[in-house]
Amino acid sequence: MEVVLAIVIGVLYAGGVYLMMRRNLIQLIIGLGLLSHGANLLIFTAGGLRQGGAPILAEGEKAFATTPADPLPQALILTAIVISFAVTAFALVLFLRTYKTVGTDDVDDLKEMQK
Amino acid sequence: MRGLQLFSMWILLAICFIAALSAPFVHRIIPKYTGAALVSAPLAMVVWLLSKIPEVGNGHAITQSFQWVEKLGLEVAFRLDGLSLLFALIISGIGALVVLYTQGYFKGHPQQGRFMMYIIAFMGSMLGVVLADHILLVFIFWELTSFTSYLLIGFNHESADARNAALQAMLVTVLGGLFLMAGLVLMGDAAGTWRLSEIVQRGHEITEHKNYLAILILVCIGAFTKSAQFPFHFWLPNAMQAPTPASAYLHSSTMVKAGVYLLARLHPALGHTEEWTLILTTIGTITFLLGAIMALGQHVLKRLLAYTTVSALGAMVMLLGIGTKYTIKAMAAFVLAHAFYKATLFMVAGGITHETGGETSIDKLGGLRKAMPISFGCALLAGLSMGGFPPFFGFVAKETWLHALGDYPLLIVATVVGGAAYVLVGFSTGWKPFMGKMPEGLHAHEVPLTMRLGPIVLGLGGLVLAVFCGPVGHALVQPAAIAIYAKELEVHLHLWPGVNIYFVISIVTLVIGTVCYLARAHFVKGAGKLSLLVRFGPDAVYQAALNGVLKFAAWHTRKLQTGILRDYIRVTVVTTVLLVGAAFVRSGGFQGWENLSPISLRVALFGILMISATFATVHSKSRLRSILSLGVVGFCMALLFTFFGAPDLAMTQLVIETLTVILLALAFYHLPTFRHGSTKRTRVIDIIISISVGVIVTLLVLAALHVQTPTPVSDYYLDHSYKDAHGRNVVNVILVDFRALDTLGEITVLTIAALGAFALLKLKPKKEGAE
Repeated sequence: MEVVLAIVIGVLYAGGVYLMMRRNLIQLIIGLGLLSHGANLLIFTAGGLRQGGAPILAEGEKAFATTPADPLPQALILTAIVISFAVTAFALVLFLRTYKTVGTDDVDDLKEMQK
Repeated sequence: MRGLQLFSMWILLAICFIAALSAPFVHRIIPKYTGAALVSAPLAMVVWLLSKIPEVGNGHAITQSFQWVEKLGLEVAFRLDGLSLLFALIISGIGALVVLYTQGYFKGHPQQGRFMMYIIAFMGSMLGVVLADHILLVFIFWELTSFTSYLLIGFNHESADARNAALQAMLVTVLGGLFLMAGLVLMGDAAGTWRLSEIVQRGHEITEHKNYLAILILVCIGAFTKSAQFPFHFWLPNAMQAPTPASAYLHSSTMVKAGVYLLARLHPALGHTEEWTLILTTIGTITFLLGAIMALGQHVLKRLLAYTTVSALGAMVMLLGIGTKYTIKAMAAFVLAHAFYKATLFMVAGGITHETGGETSIDKLGGLRKAMPISFGCALLAGLSMGGFPPFFGFVAKETWLHALGDYPLLIVATVVGGAAYVLVGFSTGWKPFMGKMPEGLHAHEVPLTMRLGPIVLGLGGLVLAVFCGPVGHALVQPAAIAIYAKELEVHLHLWPGVNIYFVISIVTLVIGTVCYLARAHFVKGAGKLSLLVRFGPDAVYQAALNGVLKFAAWHTRKLQTGILRDYIRVTVVTTVLLVGAAFVRSGGFQGWENLSPISLRVALFGILMISATFATVHSKSRLRSILSLGVVGFCMALLFTFFGAPDLAMTQLVIETLTVILLALAFYHLPTFRHGSTKRTRVIDIIISISVGVIVTLLVLAALHVQTPTPVSDYYLDHSYKDAHGRNVVNVILVDFRALDTLGEITVLTIAALGAFALLKLKPKKEGAE
């Protein structure tokens, strides 16, 4: 199972990095999105895949009978998902404003304008 | 002397640093008596040291230590033995005179307080070097002396020459300091202790250690850069850009001897081997002769003295390198003699320049004896001591030196050549400026009292030491020599050794030197031709290296920091891939396929779906298709989370992914369609980079599965979630209870992002020209 996920993570990283190296601002944001998916999946896989059920205690029980899935990576990823959404949303608005102000969505043209 | 017991080494050192820090304020309050007030710090040290002479002379070292960082084995440890005492007395004694001298030299100068601060801070650092017993403490003080030296050389910071000289001295000595640090760490490791006093008792363990040669070479590079040994000697003459009080103090009598001190200190630990003798004697002799010969061609007073300082330091290293009982005695005596005459000559040189309105060349000076009779007297005393004329201490030291070289005829020849040069320089600085006719237009008058005191004390001191050379040898030179030699020995210094072969050699040297002085004009001409060689010397190598480093820095900044985002990503990604890849290969590469759970069909199918969706996202030329593919990837993620027992993640992912797609789609309404601006070649390069990242990450994930954490912190959360926090959903309990502060941080980030986005959307750029 891990092999499949490892390959998926690799592809997500490759795709994310490739898009981030494009000149278009929107492609940059999409690349960022792919990259954060990859990173989340990486934490998830590296934390160990257990199909023992969710780390939620059933009503009436006081301790887990069998070891459930690791809760710690889940907590980390939960935070990461939300934060990456914030980043994406902010970047998008920033780029939108940039485009409206200077009239280009090409990062190279932005660099030229600086001069 | 009970009252003095209260003063301990660290308190006296602390007083020095406090005096340094308060110098600018003292100067502001009592500008006329700054020196008189601040001189109390070095004087306290001198008195304390003098009171300890009997005790240390009997072989009792005074120690003092307290813990600093216990876990790192760091201690603040001080130790006063014969060697430390000799150096500490020179440092604090001349320090006191220099502080007074500074008062006169910088009379009315607005920056006098700053200079006093530097020079007293230097004094504290230098005392720290010779008193510290922990090698890391020695190193800290050692670097502090380099730093204060930098500040002093560059004191006149409006002059480009001064700035360059300061930088050069700093770079050379600090570079050497790095080598020294490596050597000291290796040495501490080999000896198993950081205490100098313990290291010197474990000489055999170090000389027989496999790292011995490395330790020796590293320590030598550190000591040689500091003590201006060939080929690092060039910084010292350039350092003469410093104001004269600093030259007289740092660059003749104290700081440059730090290297000599360290080698002497470590002689019991590193010495008595062929390597030691070979390295130190060779480099020392070369430096001794080189400095003496280079001095001949100089006509600027301070540079003339600087080259002889280089030479004298070489002589000390040479004597230390031979390492017999006799050469070590001679070296200890010579250290004392040199400190007295060289500091005097520098102070007089500074006085001459000061009182003649900036004249520095001895060829343009003359006839000052009437205008500056006291300076003349002092300079003559010191010049004669330098040349080795009886009855001065320089002569006593030179006699011991020649005696010690009895078995080394070649070195005796070298000593005669060098000694003759010393005679010549002694006359050039102690005689020439004062005799003959005063050149027209030269006006001079005697220096003020504060500037007279130092030369008088030290100049006459050379005579007094010689008269009392027996007791001086017993009380100061002998304990120092014992500390260097680490075995019992006795020092008997004689003013009148009787007529023997060494006395004859001494007299011959004096005669040759005097004749050479009379024929000085020819030497200057000859040495002028030598200066062509300087163009290819170490100074030129230093300049080329410095320029090279600067050019390289400019080049790679231009290449790496282009200001284009893609280039930064490329550099970061490629560096990461290379470093991680190298670490991966070094640690044995891929570990195998154990620990893997079997592949289930549904996961495999979703995996293929995600990979295809990613390709679609990257490849699509349509914006909408690209976003939708990204959404597919996100929804697949959510489903994967449900497979592996993470329903919370799945829910969050679903919500967030939906929001993201909607947001992107809305934004596209305002943005233009994709253009593929990059060329095919760039795209190929980017694809290669991306694939390499993907491969490395895949390998890393697989490698991470083999990392075993003994007791995962997760078990704690699983056990305590219900017990302590009364929550059944462990992930939620972690977020809102165990790690609630992290969640608060997360919420803050979201709020800031939302506020930022809102502000950006509402922001209306001002029209140009609008108020």
